[in-house]
Amino acid sequence: MSMEELFAPMKEPMILGAGISIVVGAIAVFAGLTYFKKWGWLYKNWLTTVDHKKIGVMYIFVALVMLFRGGIDALLMRAQTAVPENGLLNAEHYNEIFTTHGLIMIIFMAMPFIIGLMNVVVPLQIGARDVAFPRLNALSFWLFAAGAGLLNISFVIGGSPNAGWSSYFPLAGIEFNPGVGNNYYAWALQISGLGTLMTGINFITTIMKMRAPGMKLMKMPMFTWSALITNIIITFAFPVLTVALALMTLDRQFGTKFFAMQDGGMDMLWANLFWVWGHPEVYIVILPAFGIFSEVISTFSRKNLFGYTSMVFSMVLISLLSFMVWVHHFYTMGHGVMVNGIFSTTTMLIAVPTGVKIFNWLLTMRHGKISFTTPMLYALAFIPIFTIGGVTGVMLAMASADYQYHNTMFLVAHFHYVLIPGTVFGVLAGYHFWWPKIFGFRLNEKLGKAAFWCIAVGFNVAFFPLFILGLDGYARRMYTYSADTGFGPLNMLSFAGALVMAVGFMLICYNIYYSFRHSPRDLNGDPWDARSLEWATHSPVPEYNFAIVPKINRLDEFWYAKKEGRDITAGKYERIHMPNNSGAPMWMAGVLFLFSFFFVFSVWSLVIVFAVATLGFMAYRSFEKDEGHHIEVAEIEATERRLRGEQ
Amino acid sequence: MKELFPKEHVMGFVGSLVLTLAALTVVMFKGMSNGVAMTVLLVTAAAQALVQLVLFMHIGETEDKKALYTTIIYSVVVGLITVFGTLLAMVWGYM
Repeated sequence: MSMEELFAPMKEPMILGAGISIVVGAIAVFAGLTYFKKWGWLYKNWLTTVDHKKIGVMYIFVALVMLFRGGIDALLMRAQTAVPENGLLNAEHYNEIFTTHGLIMIIFMAMPFIIGLMNVVVPLQIGARDVAFPRLNALSFWLFAAGAGLLNISFVIGGSPNAGWSSYFPLAGIEFNPGVGNNYYAWALQISGLGTLMTGINFITTIMKMRAPGMKLMKMPMFTWSALITNIIITFAFPVLTVALALMTLDRQFGTKFFAMQDGGMDMLWANLFWVWGHPEVYIVILPAFGIFSEVISTFSRKNLFGYTSMVFSMVLISLLSFMVWVHHFYTMGHGVMVNGIFSTTTMLIAVPTGVKIFNWLLTMRHGKISFTTPMLYALAFIPIFTIGGVTGVMLAMASADYQYHNTMFLVAHFHYVLIPGTVFGVLAGYHFWWPKIFGFRLNEKLGKAAFWCIAVGFNVAFFPLFILGLDGYARRMYTYSADTGFGPLNMLSFAGALVMAVGFMLICYNIYYSFRHSPRDLNGDPWDARSLEWATHSPVPEYNFAIVPKINRLDEFWYAKKEGRDITAGKYERIHMPNNSGAPMWMAGVLFLFSFFFVFSVWSLVIVFAVATLGFMAYRSFEKDEGHHIEVAEIEATERRLRGEQ
Repeated sequence: MKELFPKEHVMGFVGSLVLTLAALTVVMFKGMSNGVAMTVLLVTAAAQALVQLVLFMHIGETEDKKALYTTIIYSVVVGLITVFGTLLAMVWGYM
């Protein structure tokens, strides 16, 4: 590793500028924390926390930051292609940007946003005090943060990955991609993927073992159901990614030939393994969004969810089918009609349970008393827009027709039409819906709605033209095109739509500041008059979640208790056992970050040092005596009085 | 002291190392026929999985047999689909 190699990307002015702004930003944060003497507070309350709510907030914070990084990538791409023969980005830079845009939006924006909301909401919905393994949960977050950090420094230090977010071999192999960029890809995904796998196990255990008394599986709120199914998919899908990335590292850094085109290697095996993980991954980011929409639609229609059982069974079915369709990502590889036929069929089958869910949401709203709040607007916009995404998905599912659509902008439009109204609208609905639970005040509705309209309208203006461009033969990942193709005007329209979306996301950020200053504080903990258990406790939620763990007799117990005037949180306080904070997860993830960083550059001496240090952390943990602590009755009484506003 | 010594874990650790070395013979001894090599790999892989499940994950200790069998069936189904789907797409069905 030489200085020359490290700072090679800085030769380009745009990247130099970005590098300088990262350094300036870091100095500003550092100086600010020092000036306001906030280091101790930050370390004690946030960096070492094992509280699921705070970990959830940190996940969502990082996800929002990543949304902006990925969003800037998107704007740059749309700006570059807005006019023919544009010279804003060169081919290489464009390759890097579409690669990191995909990676960041899927792995470092959608996933942590979803996992953040799960962290905040799931233990509250099932009446638990925390997740099953609180410290492991902190480690999951810090491993994800380390992975995100690694990917985000790649473009200034050493060079960004540039073979697409799917990084197909042989392009991603050492022969055609000699720099360190794709080593970053392997390691950033590897360590954040390990964190995600731990989250999967943690949440399955939490949901299976820590539900409030009386809450049978079929009495769980729909978001918790979706979280359970999602975490099962995570646990089954992520090991495949772990193995595939390890093989990629071996191929790139140790000269093995797993994905080589000669010596018995098989380049398309990478594509195969990638999509064995990658297709379930799509459902990992979409199912929790379905759960959020179910909660939001039921709450704001003032009705119980239509077809609860069929919702659950369609999710179970989707989870199984999600492992049976991966080959549809490479129909054009050249396997026979039989293979394509089988995977076409399974792919089209997925439309059935998804359709069931769409009709369930529509029937939930039927005869409902709908209130048009910000979360509900996202849910309402989701249904028709997502259906366009789903229907074009069925078009793509037909293998013979796919030869026409494959790798065109039609495909790009399709998956954005699924992921944006599905995942992004879903997490934004959840974000507005559960914000008051976390912070104790609602986000401003006027600003929230203005942001919604910018995003919803901007989205359609940005992506609908891509369907038409794709059918006209505009291939994806082209950094420019000639004026004769006639692609110019629709691309310009798409750029305009992207700018409108950007305004929407800026309004969402401004709304945090505005609402923090001006929103009235919420005192009863249930500002939306909602249905599930998380609204039964105070906002903001005390450390121990529920002073008294409620008994559950039926689905939406809290809602019926409100109707009948019962208080399900009444009872005699007992002291509560809680886990202790720990700095170990953060430091261990930091060590793994350095391990991966030096691995990327093949500096073996330091790799060994940090590998040993990581094992040291595990050994320390094995012998550590940590029994947690108790919150005494007097303290619970004081907290409850304060949160009820009684002093 | 005896009851404090994690006998099962140490056994599992040693067992998984031995099984890994046994699998490695397939690469180290070039003379092996394909059939023998595949048999060694499949047998050591299955044994390895059992070591992990029994000695580290305590699979037999749960009370809830229904959940256990559901999980095992789900895992086997997903595993078989992945393995045979891959073989189908990459080898058997490839033109």
